[in-house]
Amino acid sequence: MIPTHTDISADSLADSVSALLAQGARFGGLFASRSVKGPTLLTAVVAERKGLTLLEATVAASTASYPALTAQIPAAAWYEREIHDLFGLEPAGHGRLDPLVLPLRSGTPRETALAVDAPVEIEESALGAHVHGEGMFTIPYGPVRSGVFESIEYLLETPGEDIPHIRSRIYYKHRGIERRFERLPVDQAVLVAERVEGIASVAHAIAFSRAIEALAGVEVPERAELLRVVHAELERVANHLDSMIRHTEGSGQAVAYARLSLHKERALRLQATLCGHRFARGVVLPGGVIGPPLAPPKEILEHIGALEHALDDDIQALMATPSFTDRLRGTGAIPAHIAQGHGALGPVGRASGMAEDVRIDRPYGAYAHLGFQIAEPHSEGDALARQRIRIDEIRSSFHLIRQALDLLATTDDRGPMDGWHTEIGLCSGKVISSVEAPQGELLYMVESDGNRLLRVKPRCASFHNLALFPQAFQGDIFTDFVFIEASFGMCIAGAAG
Amino acid sequence: MAWILRGLKEGVVTTSYPKRPDGYGDSYKGALRVSTSPPAAPEGDSAAAAQATAIASCCPTGAIEQHPAQEGLSGQPHLSVDRGRCILCGICVQSYPELFYFEPSTETSKLARHSLVVPEIEEGDAQLSAVRADLARRVKALRRSVHIRHVDAGSDGSEEWEVAALLNPVYDIHRLGLFFTASPRHADLLLVTGTGTAGMAGPLKRTYEAMPYPKIVMAAGTDAISGGIVHPTYSTHPGIAGLVPVDIWVPGSPPSPFAILHGILAGLGLLSRSCAAKIARQDAVAHGPSGSKGAPR
Repeated sequence: MIPTHTDISADSLADSVSALLAQGARFGGLFASRSVKGPTLLTAVVAERKGLTLLEATVAASTASYPALTAQIPAAAWYEREIHDLFGLEPAGHGRLDPLVLPLRSGTPRETALAVDAPVEIEESALGAHVHGEGMFTIPYGPVRSGVFESIEYLLETPGEDIPHIRSRIYYKHRGIERRFERLPVDQAVLVAERVEGIASVAHAIAFSRAIEALAGVEVPERAELLRVVHAELERVANHLDSMIRHTEGSGQAVAYARLSLHKERALRLQATLCGHRFARGVVLPGGVIGPPLAPPKEILEHIGALEHALDDDIQALMATPSFTDRLRGTGAIPAHIAQGHGALGPVGRASGMAEDVRIDRPYGAYAHLGFQIAEPHSEGDALARQRIRIDEIRSSFHLIRQALDLLATTDDRGPMDGWHTEIGLCSGKVISSVEAPQGELLYMVESDGNRLLRVKPRCASFHNLALFPQAFQGDIFTDFVFIEASFGMCIAGAAG
Repeated sequence: MAWILRGLKEGVVTTSYPKRPDGYGDSYKGALRVSTSPPAAPEGDSAAAAQATAIASCCPTGAIEQHPAQEGLSGQPHLSVDRGRCILCGICVQSYPELFYFEPSTETSKLARHSLVVPEIEEGDAQLSAVRADLARRVKALRRSVHIRHVDAGSDGSEEWEVAALLNPVYDIHRLGLFFTASPRHADLLLVTGTGTAGMAGPLKRTYEAMPYPKIVMAAGTDAISGGIVHPTYSTHPGIAGLVPVDIWVPGSPPSPFAILHGILAGLGLLSRSCAAKIARQDAVAHGPSGSKGAPR
């Protein structure tokens, strides 16, 4: 059960959260939810090493304003901008309340605009003005970018070569996907979860399913938990490889690029061998998994072994190539105190001295009893450290996959092929679940009245880390941009919602 | 070991597609089919009608439709699947394995929106031939060197992975004279992914307008075709067809690299004769009574 403090007034929410942060906790997020025409409930998530704490405060419909958390907790800035866009709440004293996910003409009644199933009209003039300084100009990069990228616009504010400041506009891709959960029954809503961050489908399906399972108090069959680990870790391997592929592309390592993209293709094909889908969609559902793997675990183990061996060999060669490592070393460094203050998630946090990993700190599913070592955090905080963290994580992922497949192979011999799924219904209540996605800690806040989903709010690590992105440009220049972005390993779809 | 030797040691990993069929592409379950229709019920049988409604409503994106006896297909009542809406979730295959099955194929792209509905409703193909002729006229000058501009109009991120995979050594589309380009001014083909968000509607239109004639547009993925399960919300269009004129429709959620490649080649009229013959064969098989039954996932 997650400890929840509900007796907080909206006026003292910022103080209460700050008090917990002062004791060494990490700011995990701020979410809003609202019943029709009713007051808005703010839920702040504070993460301590071994557990999450929720703080709830109610903002009356008549005031629609509350003292901003951002004044004391800068990491809350993007959360409050998002809430301002989608709920029209005014965080007083925020300082920079530019639209983040939905720039609308000022005075547009949000409640009515967002209730209609027709695209709202985007008003670019609602966005903040550019900075002005002597010799400063803005280079817009995006949303249609040079190459195959997700749409996002970066505004590089520069006097010429340095990038003293950068702003990210994520609204281009905003799909309002949270709303889609509320219309669907649970077995279909999990399909939406898979599409919040399409490159982390398994992590999202697990996080959403765990929330439904927690509401119902249902246990998932052990072998289903094992199969979830196999898919989730293969997904992590593919994601980390994608970040490295973009590094090799940016540094002109043509053969390394070809080699690593070949390995990534093989990882995706392994997912398909196991379940029929390259992104393992349709496998995880509330209560367990859809069924047994389509290929025998022993056969998959052989493929995994071959992939791991080939990959390890190429990565070692890559990390011994100075023309590659020189591009990453010292690039996009985030000092430990900044990462700590923001609560940087996933590989980005672990490259800057943070040792947090949900799989270790709050083990879920089969992670609780699989032997598993967390990658030693690095302290340099640069793109090279983030790359090294990813390499270590790929190794531990393979280790986990092998263990899970071994166990699946033995249970396979023992019993019949049932027990992949527990029957489950939707129960009322409010829960928050967390898993370690490839991008970092993924939270799902789920509220239900027992008949339908009232509110589902995914909090992607991409959203949290993208707010930290500008801090990585201390003294870096244009040609470093590609490495800094790739080393963050974000999914823009997840950040934009 | 020197990098060049690492590459050589692996041997050739590149597919011969489209010159020869590819085993992986042909075995990937990239499409849904209707195997048989439920038995015809006498007029006014309410139980049968209720069952028909249940079958159609099991689909989260409304891709399954029940047709009464009078419409198409030699007057028989039948079910159809709109692949432009299908996200291949497999719920129908799980619930009604006797009616639906996954078809191992990635050659699923079509040159007209209504052609994505299976089984195909036979109608005057004059319209379709007009579409083909128009496309053929536009792509005539492009054939040997085609530059692609990709635009993400609100995808979930996985489509970009599958598009970028076309550059890996397995698909290696440079061998076919296909290139990605940074500038819409150099582009011949606009490859669009995603449902069409409110925020990307403007940039997408501007990119299309910046392209020189002749130009063709491809909607890659179910989201780009119909919005998939992501639509409707206050911020999504039902696919991109209302924003730019679409010539090539590639279903899939996300479409596999082979499906995207098939779409590009089909649109450009570059499919080799052997593959075209294979497609004709497949169509013949699919229309016949004996479709091979794919295992549910």
